[in-house]
Amino acid sequence: MTDFFPTSEAEAAAFISDCAAAGKTIRILGGGTRARLARDIAADAQLSTQNLTGVTLYEPAEMVISARSGTPVREVLALIDQHNQMLPFEPLDHRTLLATTGEPTMGGLAATNASGPRRIYAGAARDHLIGARFVNGRGEIVKSGGRVMKNVTGLDLVKVHCGAYGTLGLLTEVTFKLRPKPERVATLIYKRLDEASAIRLLGEALGSPFEITGAAYLPIGHGRDFSRALLRIEGFDASVSYRIDELRRRFAAYATPREALEGPDADRLWRAVRDVEFLSAPAEAPLWRLSVKPSDAAACVAHLRAIDGARYFYDLGGGLIWFTDPSGQNAALIRDTLAAMNGHATLVRGPDALRQAVPPFSPLPAAQEKLMRSVKHAFDPQRLINPDLMYPGL
Amino acid sequence: MTAIAFPAPDATILARRGEIIAGLTQLVPAECLVTSDIEMRVFETDALTAYRRMPLAVVLPRNTQEVSAILRYCNDLHVPVIPRGAGTSLSGGAIPQEDAVVIGVAKMNRILEVDTFNRFIRVEAGVTNLGVSNAIVAEGFFYAPDPSSQLACTIGGNVGMNSGGAHCLKYGVTSNNVLGVKMVLMDGEIVEVGGPGPDHPGFDLLGFIVGSEGQLGIVTEATLRILPIAEGARPVLFGFASSEIAGACVAAIIAAGIIPVAMEFMDKAAVAICEAFAGAGYPLHVEALLIIEVEGSETEMDAQLAQIIAIAQQHEVQVIRQSQSAMEAAQIWKGRKSAFGATGRVADYICMDGTVPTGQLSYVLKRTGEIVKEYGLRVANVFHAGDGNMHPLIMYNVNDPKEQEKAEAAGNDILKLCVDVGGCLTGEHGVGIEKRDLMRHQYADVDLQQQMRVRAAFDEAWLLNPAKVFPLDGRVMG
Ligand SMILES: Cc1cc2nc3c(=O)[nH]c(=O)nc-3n(C[C@H](O)[C@H](O)[C@H](O)COP(=O)(O)OP(=O)(O)OC[C@H]3O[C@@H](n4cnc5c(N)ncnc54)[C@H](O)[C@@H]3O)c2cc1C
Repeated sequence: MTDFFPTSEAEAAAFISDCAAAGKTIRILGGGTRARLARDIAADAQLSTQNLTGVTLYEPAEMVISARSGTPVREVLALIDQHNQMLPFEPLDHRTLLATTGEPTMGGLAATNASGPRRIYAGAARDHLIGARFVNGRGEIVKSGGRVMKNVTGLDLVKVHCGAYGTLGLLTEVTFKLRPKPERVATLIYKRLDEASAIRLLGEALGSPFEITGAAYLPIGHGRDFSRALLRIEGFDASVSYRIDELRRRFAAYATPREALEGPDADRLWRAVRDVEFLSAPAEAPLWRLSVKPSDAAACVAHLRAIDGARYFYDLGGGLIWFTDPSGQNAALIRDTLAAMNGHATLVRGPDALRQAVPPFSPLPAAQEKLMRSVKHAFDPQRLINPDLMYPGL
Repeated sequence: MTAIAFPAPDATILARRGEIIAGLTQLVPAECLVTSDIEMRVFETDALTAYRRMPLAVVLPRNTQEVSAILRYCNDLHVPVIPRGAGTSLSGGAIPQEDAVVIGVAKMNRILEVDTFNRFIRVEAGVTNLGVSNAIVAEGFFYAPDPSSQLACTIGGNVGMNSGGAHCLKYGVTSNNVLGVKMVLMDGEIVEVGGPGPDHPGFDLLGFIVGSEGQLGIVTEATLRILPIAEGARPVLFGFASSEIAGACVAAIIAAGIIPVAMEFMDKAAVAICEAFAGAGYPLHVEALLIIEVEGSETEMDAQLAQIIAIAQQHEVQVIRQSQSAMEAAQIWKGRKSAFGATGRVADYICMDGTVPTGQLSYVLKRTGEIVKEYGLRVANVFHAGDGNMHPLIMYNVNDPKEQEKAEAAGNDILKLCVDVGGCLTGEHGVGIEKRDLMRHQYADVDLQQQMRVRAAFDEAWLLNPAKVFPLDGRVMG
């Protein structure tokens, strides 16, 4: 396999163009921190974005930033932090979980739609990606969207890259909209609630006008010997105080949370939720990401709890369940349970043998799969870029 | 009115009109079929009324199955199809053509599922935007995108155009609030994309579908994100001595870390027109007016407004009018929301819709005034200042073809200017027929070709809404 490290978009396009002429397949690598997500693939060449770096536009007053795709996420966060701004979708960092090293990049973040707990309030990465430049499988440089908040000029080719894992082309530059950092962040912790009550509490709180920006439930053993339901409130100082009081009053029947948690301890707790730290060890234990309607979450887990050594916690008000199945023997049960609830199960981590035996993403209905193939064809007719990474033959 | 070209109708299709209508009669009951000239007149145009074409026939199916059968039939016969909601498109997105069948979703107007715990609603595509919020208001929820046409426009049309509204500054546009759709492809295939809950497997096809202007399929159902209604909301009026100062004030508010729910801008001409119509109590002597709305509890609104007012005062604000009651708040919004209707009473107009980086707002406003003046016309500006989405209303006399041509030319110049300063041709009204031929100003050929290849991946024969969005020449098919 040849490795290529383009230093410009033009170089990257020329390389892909040459590959297209020769019919060579290409694997795209950002920081490599999610290299073991999705399916293993064999490619003739590997293209790394490690030298495609640099912020190309940052207008704090317009809350917009553009960066070349190999730019470390860390650099972007440090820069916007100086202006008290943030990526609203709270991208997670999978390095602990996947036991990888390397540096998460802006391109990898976009390609994987990396989004953390604030997603429930602010939306995912795809909701904030407003522009992109990419090289398609023909080696053409294409741009879509731009740097303005509202743009409906023609077909939006931007969002589809989020969660396509690079199968539709090499992103060379991404533009995100930003938000101001909240003045104050506070977390109410409701202890010792059973799962059904906890999820009801999270749902009712999310249905209240108090703009909950994080709603997670940690069963016993996730850092404490009692369970914790977490509600995060953000905003101006006065708002946060008011909302804490209202939430305490309104949901007093569930439990009485103590003093709201603020500062570094609270940041650490949400980072642990975001990065799935509680389930990072043992490093090879198969880990699943289950998505269901929150109202089905407790029932879904009730089905799976009997799995030997199962551990799990809930984020997004219950809509996301991180679940480990240490033996790796229950993939079918997990998939079937979720399918019966109109949910989805994604295998995020597992030993090679399991990852070869079990497709990482839930299977698609035939009509949708057909559509996906024609969309892939529209971007990459020879199936050269990250072929088979998401689904075989795609 | 002739400046925008329509493709010549296919004579072989026109010749088979009787046969095609007979075929449609087999698929839907008579009450779903509109074929007489008199009855079809309503469907001849949309809100871009300067252009009209009589369609071959109009079908108003009652469910997804019927949509599927009609599309399959048209596909087999190679007959073009125009998807239609309420026909309020301002860019001619729903204007038919003589050899096409219009498929309207007006009869598909049921609320299918309300789930406030999981915070979504599932509706048929013909439900109006306001109908969605009305269905959940009693439970304390609302649907965020709020186009000014919300009383009439349908969810299908909103998905088609990725519509926005005054409150999108905080809550995003349609694409940020649609969780899933049921859609029928041109060959009759029914697909379901997305749905409640995150992380649907496969490509994010919703990203394409929302804003696709009826080019990819006919949406028959949509699952929408709903949000809890804030405890209270309060708009405040600010009057400034110039557009530049008002623009700087908007930028300063955002720089201070405040994202109000809405920041609407009106220039002097727009203020005069709206005030004459709505009697909202707008100050007539200021050059620029901002309506800024905050929400939350009384305490929260007081705190936020104090900050916003302090910033406005640093910008030499001339008038501050806080609403003291729900009625006053409604008055303030009534003036803004009636801007289009009120302008229509004063003159015929075309409503432009470009977006610019907010730092360019005052420059583009100034140039807009100059451009329109060069053509000897008048303009009023009302727009969403927080996200740079401008709406110059260019006034002209519809009975004077020369004036209409001038108005369109001025509009084109303004849209090109929006692109040149880093913005785009349309922020919410879509490309339709109106901006089709300007697409090359914003996109290079490869960019357009990539879009067209995606389009063809959904509709190979290019039968859905064929004369819209992409320049008529140089089309790429699969
Ligand atoms: C007075 C006035 C004020 C307006 N204010 C705003 C505003 O504030 N913000 C804004 O964004 N827009 C605004 N608009 C424009 C217009 O209302 C929106 O674009 C609206 O979404 C169109 O909805 P509709 O149901 O009328 O769709 P139509 O006009 O019938 O169709 C719009 C487009 O969507 C397609 N389409 C319709 N239904 C479907 C379907 N079921 N499946 C697939 N494609 C479909 C059509 O082919 C067409 O391309 C305004 C219009 C008027 C007249």
